[in-house]
Amino acid sequence: MSFIKPKFRHPRLPTNALGFTVADYDGAISTLCAGCGHDSISAAIRNACFKSALEPHRIAKVSGIGCSSKMPTYFLGRSHGFNSVHGRMPSVATGASLANRNLTYIGVSGDGDTASIGMGQFIHLIRRNVNMTYIVANNGCYGLTKGQDSATADLGSVSKGGAANPFDGIDLASLAVLQGASFVARSFSGDKDQLEPLIRAAMAHDGFAFIDVVSPCVTFNNHAGSTRSYGSTRDHLDAMPVDFVPVREEIRAEYAEGTSHAVTLHDGSVIHLLKADAGYAADDRTGALTAIRSAQQDRRILTGLLFLDPNSRDLNDTLELASRPLNELGKDELCPGSKMLDSINEGLR
Amino acid sequence: MPCNFCILSATAMDSGCALTKTSLGMDVYRRTLDSWFMRGVELKPTNTGDPEYFHKVVDCQYACPAHTPVPQYIRLIAQQRYSDAYLVNWESNVFPGILGRTCDRPCEPACRRGRVEEEPVAICRLKRVAADFKDDITPRLPKAGPGNGKKIALIGGGPASLTVARDLAPLGYELHLYDAQAKGGGFMRSEIPSFRLPEKVLDEEIGYVLDMGIKARFDTYVDSMQAILDKHYDAVFVGSGAPRGRNLPDLSGRDTADANVHIGLDWLANVAFEHVKTIGKRVIVLGGGNTAMDCCRTSRRLGGQDVKVIVRSPFEDMKASPWEKEDALHEGIPIIDNHVPRTFVIEDGKLTGMTFEKVKPVYDKDGHRELVPTGEEPAFYPCDDVLIAIGQQNAFPWIERSTGVNFDAHGLPVLNKVTLQSTRPDVFFGGDAAFGPENIITAVAQGHQAAISIDLYCTGKDLTARPAPDVTLVSQKMGIHEWSYDSAPTEDLRLTVPLADLDRALEDRKLEVELGFDLDAAFVEAERCLNCDVQTVFTADTCIECDACTDICPTSCINFIANGPEDDLRTRLAVPAIEPEQALYVSGPLETGRVMVKDEDVCLHCGLCAERCPTAAWDMMRFTYSVTKATPNLMEVG
Ligand SMILES: Cc1cc2nc3c(=O)[nH]c(=O)nc-3n(C[C@H](O)[C@H](O)[C@H](O)COP(=O)(O)OP(=O)(O)OC[C@H]3O[C@@H](n4cnc5c(N)ncnc54)[C@H](O)[C@@H]3O)c2cc1C
Ligand SMILES: Cc1ncc(C[n+]2csc(CCOP(=O)(O)OP(=O)(O)O)c2C)c(N)n1
Ligand code: SF4
Ligand code: SF4
Ligand SMILES: [Mg+2]
Repeated sequence: MSFIKPKFRHPRLPTNALGFTVADYDGAISTLCAGCGHDSISAAIRNACFKSALEPHRIAKVSGIGCSSKMPTYFLGRSHGFNSVHGRMPSVATGASLANRNLTYIGVSGDGDTASIGMGQFIHLIRRNVNMTYIVANNGCYGLTKGQDSATADLGSVSKGGAANPFDGIDLASLAVLQGASFVARSFSGDKDQLEPLIRAAMAHDGFAFIDVVSPCVTFNNHAGSTRSYGSTRDHLDAMPVDFVPVREEIRAEYAEGTSHAVTLHDGSVIHLLKADAGYAADDRTGALTAIRSAQQDRRILTGLLFLDPNSRDLNDTLELASRPLNELGKDELCPGSKMLDSINEGLR
Repeated sequence: MPCNFCILSATAMDSGCALTKTSLGMDVYRRTLDSWFMRGVELKPTNTGDPEYFHKVVDCQYACPAHTPVPQYIRLIAQQRYSDAYLVNWESNVFPGILGRTCDRPCEPACRRGRVEEEPVAICRLKRVAADFKDDITPRLPKAGPGNGKKIALIGGGPASLTVARDLAPLGYELHLYDAQAKGGGFMRSEIPSFRLPEKVLDEEIGYVLDMGIKARFDTYVDSMQAILDKHYDAVFVGSGAPRGRNLPDLSGRDTADANVHIGLDWLANVAFEHVKTIGKRVIVLGGGNTAMDCCRTSRRLGGQDVKVIVRSPFEDMKASPWEKEDALHEGIPIIDNHVPRTFVIEDGKLTGMTFEKVKPVYDKDGHRELVPTGEEPAFYPCDDVLIAIGQQNAFPWIERSTGVNFDAHGLPVLNKVTLQSTRPDVFFGGDAAFGPENIITAVAQGHQAAISIDLYCTGKDLTARPAPDVTLVSQKMGIHEWSYDSAPTEDLRLTVPLADLDRALEDRKLEVELGFDLDAAFVEAERCLNCDVQTVFTADTCIECDACTDICPTSCINFIANGPEDDLRTRLAVPAIEPEQALYVSGPLETGRVMVKDEDVCLHCGLCAERCPTAAWDMMRFTYSVTKATPNLMEVG
């Protein structure tokens, strides 16, 4: 078993606008099971940060508990990170985002971490529109504790022990749309062509960006009868491809009229929804819910950008906090002295 | 419009852009004429059943003319199994101790390590480690076989003839070896100076061959091929080398200066056999090849104090290996380039120096070089002696044209390039005598082939039906994530071989300059080997396309993409594959219709792809490739 990834890299690795190669966004070698979907998500996050040329030291990774929540160790080894307790990452993320609004926050959680123990916290992230990317690596089970059904497991999905799940699963994407999330997407760990642009768009989005990623647990939930295996997911995948064009990049691909639908983000970046009939309106909350629902009824897993409100106001704006990060404010700014107090008091007389 | 890679035609794509992804809702046509046409140019799955595919991945072994299984012996060194490492070499290249000191090492520029790091593995000097630290291996060497009634003559006792002898002796051939010199070894003994190759090493390894019952006739110059043929040998092998050194007969003053002007080849042989023991204080060596380097370094040891190499070509274009030039510079010998010799300057009937025309290289657009005079005054360099080391030629004054052995316009024998058979069916050539001056390892490789041909010829078989190489492919899996080899590449940089004290070395012509690695250094150096013979073997049927291998691969080798013609495929990899010499490993179609494409170029053979694969679609399998010799299974090394 290898515990270290060799230092050697391809001598002709491309560099991004900062002069970094993708290797500069690597983390420690993964200790997850070989073939775990989570590792693919880690790689997608790494690739997305590389492609978007984010500075590693301006990124903070936050997570809870679970195999999925271990992921941040395995990417962005030069970024900040906080591995919180089970289901409590949202509080940590909220606090961090308020303390330093200038970092890019990437939250990584599992279906257990989010939909069971962390549900109460998760919902408030949405409500407050905390400026972060929140990825759920959704494998329909508690991988770390050996594969018990999670709250997102589909009705009838057969566990490794052979029992069919008697409960309807919680659909986190629908929940997020319903609860008013400003960016909601779904993807599959095995579809980096779609997942990477979605993560890049989520990181560019101002506000809470939620991505529910089907991520097969190769050890406990990849057998026949499981609805979240590699095979079953591929069989039922209904992928809406997307492309992400950041604001400073010149537009490479052009899509003929009527074949795509472009959504411009707050910062000027563009997401292209490559669905030829352009029938999918990503800014229609009710339409999104209906589309997800009808896909579910057809046993399709609809992936892509499901909903986006590009004009959302994140928590810092809603609270009208200083534009400079709070952690940068010094004593003089926070405690302006008796003169200022006097003048305020004067204004209240 | 047709898309250039995915064999589909689609509207709503920009023209043939390889980056545009097929997307939902796009109008895609599968059965257009174009798409049928394109289908034919998709890359076919790699045929790993062809022994040459994996052989080529073992860069060093592939580059070695004798295809020595380099990674195998390097691992044996790391395991402290020096005798086994030696015998693996001996089977393949016959002279591990000699080659471990003198080989031209075409393996090293080919070594994969040189593509991911500064320097290749010190393959050659590890070979020497095996030779230096082995136990007595004589009991394990093959013996002459029971006589088969056939007699073979070998003309010349250099590495080519000795290899033929070694390969044929176990089959029971009676081998008569003729050499004009007093001892065996050919140029290895007469030309390569003792400070690079001690006599003890030569005697030992030449002895291993001669001790297989070879009937050697030394001090016997063969002056007539016909006389040999008249002795009714079943076959004759000519391994007489390229013995004639080029001269500068037309240069003014050449004849008058003759007493102090020497042909490098002859002079080195005279030094080796101790006919010459001194040289003047000021020496000019003409030439830029390895012979020139040996001449100048030998001069330093025979009393030459002001020794210079003066060469026509620019320093970078010199024929000498970089390390030979370094060694000369290290011994205080300046190399003066871009100087063309013009005259030997004579005063009072005695050589006092030479004049040179200064030139500069001019390259045309095809890279052809011309040396153009700079127009400056000719340069004068004083000297007492001149050594001419400007090239080497074949000469076969002793082979009568009436024997039916034909020669071409350049004086080289007309040969079948594979069988090495001459125009006279029972006469074969190999080594420098065959295609002009090369090196020891080439002579050995040709010796193996000539031995096969001679055996086929003597047993009345078809010479063109060459025996296939012996190949095996065995999984190295020991446990779930455990391999039988040190899969993790180490990060140590190449070690340099320690040298003897310079002053002492210059006093004693026989003192070996390179001291060789000690065992600690040998282990560190051996661990730098990337085990390129442990192959990444992919089974498409079991792949679930989880991407784990792509994600973990440190050097971004593995891709899952749409198939296409090779040129296009190469541009679409995570890191474009720009080295056409390095193969792409392509699978058959997977579930999603894509294929796995691995660029072999900078794979570290670290096994991480196989470790991360949940279905064992990747396996690390050791590939052995052994050039079949006239005597198969010469050695058993586990
Ligand atoms: C100065 C110098 C340094 C070199 N250094 C290296 C080195 O470091 N590494 C390397 O790989 N190569 C080196 N070479 C090249 C290498 O020595 C030759 O390529 C190699 O020895 C060729 O082997 P061979 O068996 O073809 O013939 P040779 O080694 O040339 O042997 C031919 C033998 O045949 C004998 N012979 C010739 N004609 C007759 C005849 N008619 N009757 C009887 N005997 C005859 C000769 O006396 C000689 O002994 C060097 C060459 C020179 C000149
Ligand atoms: C407070 C608390 N309760 C329970 C656990 C046990 N536990 C560890 S991981 C886990 C579930 C993880 O499931 P999920 O978030 O889906 O991650 P996965 O391993 O599937 O990626 C549980 C219940 C815990 N660590 N802490
Ligand atoms: S147990 Fe499942 S979720 Fe956890 S690392 Fe293994 S495959 Fe991934
Ligand atoms: S052995 Fe596998 S993981 Fe390692 S470098 Fe080669 S392809 Fe990549
Ligand atoms: Mg889970």
